[in-house]
Amino acid sequence: MSDVRILLDFEGHRRDIAEYERHGGYQQLRKALAGEPGDVVAAVDSSGLRGRGGAGFPTGRKASFLPKDRKPAYLCVNADESEPGTFKDREIMLRNPHALIEGILTMSFGIGATSAFIYIRGEYRTEFEVLRSALEQAREKGYVGRNVLGSGYDATVVLHRGAGAYICGEETALLSSLEGERGQPRSKPPFPAVAGLYAAPTLVNNVETLASVPYILAMGGEAYAQIGTERSKGTRVFSLSGNVRRPGNYELPLTSTLRDLIEGHGGGAPDGRTIKAIVPGGSSTPILTPDQIDTHLDYESIAEAGSMAGSGAIVVIDDRTCMVQLALRVAEFYRHESCGKCTPCREGTRWGVEIIRRIEMGEARQGELDLLLNVCDRILGKCLCPLGDAMAMPVASYVTKYREEFQRHIDEGGCPFVEKSPITGLYHDMELVR
Amino acid sequence: MNGEYAEANAETLAGARETRPELPAPLPVDDDPRPLYDRIQDVIALYPERKSAVIPALRLAQEQYGWLSEQAFDEVAEATGFTPAYCKSVASFYDMFRLHPTGRFEICVCTNISCALVGAADTVLAFERELGIHRGETTDDGLFTLKTVECYGGCGWGPVVSVNERYHEPFPAEQVPELVAALRADAEGAA
Repeated sequence: MSDVRILLDFEGHRRDIAEYERHGGYQQLRKALAGEPGDVVAAVDSSGLRGRGGAGFPTGRKASFLPKDRKPAYLCVNADESEPGTFKDREIMLRNPHALIEGILTMSFGIGATSAFIYIRGEYRTEFEVLRSALEQAREKGYVGRNVLGSGYDATVVLHRGAGAYICGEETALLSSLEGERGQPRSKPPFPAVAGLYAAPTLVNNVETLASVPYILAMGGEAYAQIGTERSKGTRVFSLSGNVRRPGNYELPLTSTLRDLIEGHGGGAPDGRTIKAIVPGGSSTPILTPDQIDTHLDYESIAEAGSMAGSGAIVVIDDRTCMVQLALRVAEFYRHESCGKCTPCREGTRWGVEIIRRIEMGEARQGELDLLLNVCDRILGKCLCPLGDAMAMPVASYVTKYREEFQRHIDEGGCPFVEKSPITGLYHDMELVR
Repeated sequence: MNGEYAEANAETLAGARETRPELPAPLPVDDDPRPLYDRIQDVIALYPERKSAVIPALRLAQEQYGWLSEQAFDEVAEATGFTPAYCKSVASFYDMFRLHPTGRFEICVCTNISCALVGAADTVLAFERELGIHRGETTDDGLFTLKTVECYGGCGWGPVVSVNERYHEPFPAEQVPELVAALRADAEGAA
């Protein structure tokens, strides 16, 4: 189990700019400004870094899609971390905010952006305050503002708070929201690289992705590419939660396995309980079974295992938990967050919730499991953005892999796990149950 | 019944307390005395297009009035140059905008999967018992509003509870009575 760490390779925090500078901070900005903008994108491209938000698209290639010399152009920072199970961008912002800011500044210079906007989810109030203080410090040092370090480059960074909507983590919905509208996704193409914020060329990158940039520039793209696998480079900050002894964020090279993370770092399931299921990439990803715990954490291996690396959020579910209740919680979330623009998602998430609720309450008839799978199938791939899929994929995987458990609810006319499942209290009157 | 789950999750909660980074002290509330209209003009100046200021302007109005009344929408509309209906259509999309008056302490409990797996249901039930209200309600004295919310991004350190937008994590059921008592004392002290 290798312990290469890059972004969070220190104890405590580096919110104080002097502390960050003592460890080489803002040197990469200095170097970048002395060179050609194209050098930044070339280094990121050679590192093989892939977007750490969820889609895993190669960052250098995404940046190269922006047309050269079309002004204005923008960099938007996706700090709307909302995929259930994911809390790593929050820790990066809390502990290493200047790495994010240096990444923003170098990438802005690299793509010739006129301004950068940080879209941070509204709930992250403390993290917003941390970034605001960090930006003030960077401004005082001359890293942000007009004529950065005498280079002639003007760097404007605007910190923008969201107001509570999961969908704004989707890049086109983020742009709608940043433009002052309801956060509804737009059809692609045109992609943001061509027509993004205010219809100008726009690059949208996640917090972890951008915070990695200064480290990549410092070590060189080729050196970064030495870490990880053939197609999944570098380290990734994995968010581990659920029923483990030591939940938390763990930065690991992409050669690690689920077992390294869950047992090695997380200490396994508590109190001698056993693991029943593993969410490998945030609540929108298909579930894995305990026999898949030796799956590697790189993008390709998780895909081969039948799921997605997603946002790097691993949720461990122990043997007390009712899978129908879990499905209901997941489905309710996506129903609540559906923006309502596309019919299959708006209606399908609602019907999904209704059927799962009937199963949990013992009201479902024989055949409703297939009906549920049918509803999922009618959402999949039929909308502008993947939100509907984010319900359909995991729910279909729960029904498929734990079908016996779902069927028992129908056959027995109720939930067989009501007394021990930790989620029970959200749906059943506990005083009556016990 | 709380004890049962508290014990079941004791190890996980202890682990969470170790891995959670320490949060910096909250910054003092911005007490800019200028009228809302003027403060909104400052926000508009930050963006290439003024519509981008609608959401920050709604937030300023909510911070001033506690919720977004018809009057608040009129003021935001006046200051931004958009119609009250437009401002309302935007506000109604986002969970953090309050379209009704709220208690002095808005208590939100995350019940998404990670928090639910480690006892969020018990935390919600404990608040309901302690406050004598159901989720979604406000106490008669106007002190407390209890809400269940979706993922707050504290998944490894759950159950996550926020009070007036400040996170408390992990927050198991047994900590509920003490927090409620402290908030009550706080309100009495200020009265």
